[in-house]
Amino acid sequence: MDAIKTNGLTKHYGKSRGITDLNLTVQTGEFFGFIGPNGAGKSTTIRTLLGMITPTAGNAAVFGLDIRRDRNAILQKVGYLPAEAIFYPKMKVRDVLKLSADLRKTNCAKEAAVLCERLQLDLSRKVEELSFGNRKKVAIVCALQHNPELLVLDEPTGGLDPLMQKEFFDILRERHHSGTTVFLSSHVLSEIQRNCMRAAIIRDGRIIACDHVDALSKTNAKRITVYGDVKLDALQGVRDQTITDGGIRFLYNGEMDALLHVLSSCHVKDLSVTEPDLDEIFLHYYEKEERKSENKFSDRVL
Amino acid sequence: MKVMVIYMTIVRHEWKQGRTAFLLWTAAIAGLLAVCVFLFPEMKGEMEAVSDMFASMGAFTAAFGMDRLNFGTLVGYYSIECGNVLGLGGAFYAALCAVSMLCKEEKEKTAEFLLTHPVSRVRIVTEKLVSVFLQITALNLVVYLVSIGSMTVIGEEIPWKEINLLHFAYYLMQLELGGICFGISALLRKGGMGAGLGIAAMLYVLNLIANITSSMQFLKWITPFAYCDGAGIVEKGCLDAAHVCIGMLLCAAGTVAAYSIYTKKDIHG
Repeated sequence: MDAIKTNGLTKHYGKSRGITDLNLTVQTGEFFGFIGPNGAGKSTTIRTLLGMITPTAGNAAVFGLDIRRDRNAILQKVGYLPAEAIFYPKMKVRDVLKLSADLRKTNCAKEAAVLCERLQLDLSRKVEELSFGNRKKVAIVCALQHNPELLVLDEPTGGLDPLMQKEFFDILRERHHSGTTVFLSSHVLSEIQRNCMRAAIIRDGRIIACDHVDALSKTNAKRITVYGDVKLDALQGVRDQTITDGGIRFLYNGEMDALLHVLSSCHVKDLSVTEPDLDEIFLHYYEKEERKSENKFSDRVL
Repeated sequence: MKVMVIYMTIVRHEWKQGRTAFLLWTAAIAGLLAVCVFLFPEMKGEMEAVSDMFASMGAFTAAFGMDRLNFGTLVGYYSIECGNVLGLGGAFYAALCAVSMLCKEEKEKTAEFLLTHPVSRVRIVTEKLVSVFLQITALNLVVYLVSIGSMTVIGEEIPWKEINLLHFAYYLMQLELGGICFGISALLRKGGMGAGLGIAAMLYVLNLIANITSSMQFLKWITPFAYCDGAGIVEKGCLDAAHVCIGMLLCAAGTVAAYSIYTKKDIHG
């Protein structure tokens, strides 16, 4: 059974765009990445899946349960970590965790204690005294303490220091190994690349690519770094050039023969050819989509 | 029943959240009422002159029903002095408590926390409605007990029937305002303090206008302060059933609107 399945899911806020015709499948047990910049529609997708907002069109199911009809049953299986961790300011951390457990009609005290220990969270402090990072920790415990089948994480590492980020991802990997499905929405591509099996890229409310992270990273473009006296003026397919100390870095998606021909006429001290990282791929997808939009626009004008 | 009590998580949560406001409002209203009652023995002797003075203040006299009540008796004094304290104070508290009950989660951005737990929207509305009801009821019980206690302390004979009717009328008025404001709360995304205070004050003033101007009597059908009129209650020895029924219908309409709106509403933040 799919953990998440959306079918033409659309949400518009009046005239403004939210998400459009979203088709997405996350299999049970997957560690799935959802990539896009701020305002692309990531949070709208999550809020629609969790029943906070009603879709304008289309439908979606979580573990086969309809998001409109079976909202409670879905939320019973889900742990949600919001981008902004906001709680009742006068409450103590201990009381927030208890409230969250009570709303689920369950006792999570044991698991909460383990998580608080690992995340070094002080239970006796009031929410209003906590930093953003510590409030995020409270949200992490709320999302994890009831051992959900599906974890929905919206920009989870904002505010966490690098050590806590490492601990957090260690916990996520443990949960994933024990069968939890993880839906990780982020604009930090390295998080997706390090942890996810598959990922979808969202732009302007539409999915523009969805595949295995390895496959998404594979494009014709290569990251080339050359040290020496190199001139690339005659070469086609060069972009994102950076002059480094004694060399040059660039993305190349032209003919390899042409590159070798140009380099052979230069004085090359060192050369490396690598796969571009996901950040570069992400920009590549965005640029490709932008070009498509521009072409459509100019066709319409003509 | 036991299950209901155990799982009234939101009611318990709301009680803790609203405890400070509840204690402050209850202390203020009950304290003022007690002071008014304690002043009665001292003022009783001078009441004849005071009654004459109040009776000759024209529209002002009619607005507060002072032309139909005897200030020299505890019931006459209590229905005007204390009635206004409980009337306005209780109305403001009920309106503020109810108008913020549903919308405060969005205003304070805690809605995302609450609504991503397996709690249906119907249950949220129901438990929040129960919270409003309990808080208004608790305030009225404390105020009633303090009033009765104060009357016992000053050694006056307590006019039970009139006092009970007066307190019951103010309680119903607060429930009506609470129901209407609860419905409005489902519509709002930001705080509704201004709306709540405005509605309570407007309805109070409408009753004063209806008392002063005979051509504006129809306003009595709109404002719940109409069936809290101390002079009328003391004179008739009962509440105006027609006004109360309309009030309770408005209360029910507000409650139904709250369920209808909140269960379909897109929640942001």
